[in-house]
Amino acid sequence: MSKIGKITVKDRDTVSSLQDFLKLLLQKGAVEAVLVQQRLAINNAVMPALITDIENLGQADPLAPAFALNGARMLSRLTRKPLDAPIAAVMRPCEIRAFVELVKLKQGSVDNVILISADCLGAYPNNDYAKVAGMGAGAESTLSFYRNIISGKGTAAQDADISPACKSCEHPAAVNADITIGLLGTNMEENLLLIANTPKGEKLLADLGVKVEDEPLDGRKSALDALVGERIEYRDRMFARTSEAVSSVEKLMGYLRACVNCHNCRVACPVCYCRECVFTTDVFDHEPAQYLRWAKRRGALKMPTDTVFFHLTRLAHMSAACIGCGQCSNACPNDVPVMELFRTVAHGVQGAFGYGAGASLEDEPPLSVFHEKEFCEVTGGHD
Amino acid sequence: MGDYEPTIIAFVCNWCTYTAADLAGTSRLVQPANVRMVRMMCTGMVDPKYIIKALLEGADAVLVSGCHPGDCHYINGNLKARRRMKLLKEILPKFGFDERRLKMTWIGASEGIDFAETVRQMTAEVKALGPNDLRTRMVL
Ligand code: SF4
Ligand code: SF4
Ligand code: FES
Repeated sequence: MSKIGKITVKDRDTVSSLQDFLKLLLQKGAVEAVLVQQRLAINNAVMPALITDIENLGQADPLAPAFALNGARMLSRLTRKPLDAPIAAVMRPCEIRAFVELVKLKQGSVDNVILISADCLGAYPNNDYAKVAGMGAGAESTLSFYRNIISGKGTAAQDADISPACKSCEHPAAVNADITIGLLGTNMEENLLLIANTPKGEKLLADLGVKVEDEPLDGRKSALDALVGERIEYRDRMFARTSEAVSSVEKLMGYLRACVNCHNCRVACPVCYCRECVFTTDVFDHEPAQYLRWAKRRGALKMPTDTVFFHLTRLAHMSAACIGCGQCSNACPNDVPVMELFRTVAHGVQGAFGYGAGASLEDEPPLSVFHEKEFCEVTGGHD
Repeated sequence: MGDYEPTIIAFVCNWCTYTAADLAGTSRLVQPANVRMVRMMCTGMVDPKYIIKALLEGADAVLVSGCHPGDCHYINGNLKARRRMKLLKEILPKFGFDERRLKMTWIGASEGIDFAETVRQMTAEVKALGPNDLRTRMVL
């Protein structure tokens, strides 16, 4: 049994009913602002926005299968210094997990932030979303996305489908949110569940005057288990395929052959945490003569240089924290399947340290703690 | 394969292994001349990218060697280094780097014999593995 509140969906319009709930947050003065995906008037684009005026929440569309960027970075901008008034952030489960990692790296704080997250059924890659959203005016495309899922047609539409990152995501429901908006295990055209996961969440529901009742969540649990099962199956196939595709340096070079060192994957990554990336500093402004020396040593030097070096170093930095959002692939102009690569390696690294990125604020990041007696196999059994 | 001379890049701590290596040299302990030593103020300063770079440039193996736990002059630099090594031993083999090309040891300042023995063993092991062919191939 859990304490569950409900949002009653009017006229099968899940989007506007959810907007009404968000409006309540501002109306009741529970928060000063809401960070949420908003449908921009231009071309149906969807971007996160910090909304303080209730009217603007009429364009909020947290359920849109659009994922322009990982909002954890935005929330980190808002919380790197103490906030004087509470705000709510409506984010995907992977955005919340990325934010948890950033908080642990002191690049954000959960004080005065209420984290709200709807079950995530996936999002299209950025290039495809524009195509898919073109289908209907405004939030209509969001509603048809869910109708297709409910009716069993699935997520594919207009020769596009949700991204491989979403298909392989085993965390469709947020664990660290104060409030989960449940779509699974309910008829989302009639009701949305409001599940308080923390005391903060419970207090919020009470402040908003949401009626909560004890309810079993069995239906939700089996729907969630089924979805997670499917995704893990997809994920494990992806891991196997990717491991095979990069099993030697030769193959890795082939895998990265289209990379032009633009570093977009790093910029888009919410957990690539360095304030200044060493690859953009003068450490990598090599002397002109150095290039010639390198070229002479091997007969030819591919330019730009340091591509494999960049990706391996990036892996050393972020693989313990990768939460699998797929924004790296989303950002790559040359369709290098970087998410598959990074997630595959990250899975091994996190397993080796017994760590789950984004799972909890308490678990310490693997590279920020160390003990005298551990990993003695690294030094040949001597500690 | 076995008759090439491997190059081992050794990142060694100034306070312990570097002194041990010096001792090994002055005591004329036999020691293959395959090691290129990089003297660090502490193994905690060995950034993973130094190790990655060494391997991409064709080093046949990388050794990181520092003070025994409890003896690090910066309290826990060696323990940090051990976690970083653990990380690289997880990442690099995914791309076909043999884990044996990455070694970490604790060798105190007076342990010249240990240093000589470590290098001898490593050289033999890496010889058996064969050369890291990235030395001659273009790396993207
Ligand atoms: S590496 Fe890619 S999938 Fe992992 S957190 Fe960064 S952007 Fe997301
Ligand atoms: S975004 Fe793509 S092209 Fe740019 S650095 Fe990353 S992998 Fe290379
Ligand atoms: S001072 Fe020797 S390892 Fe830190």
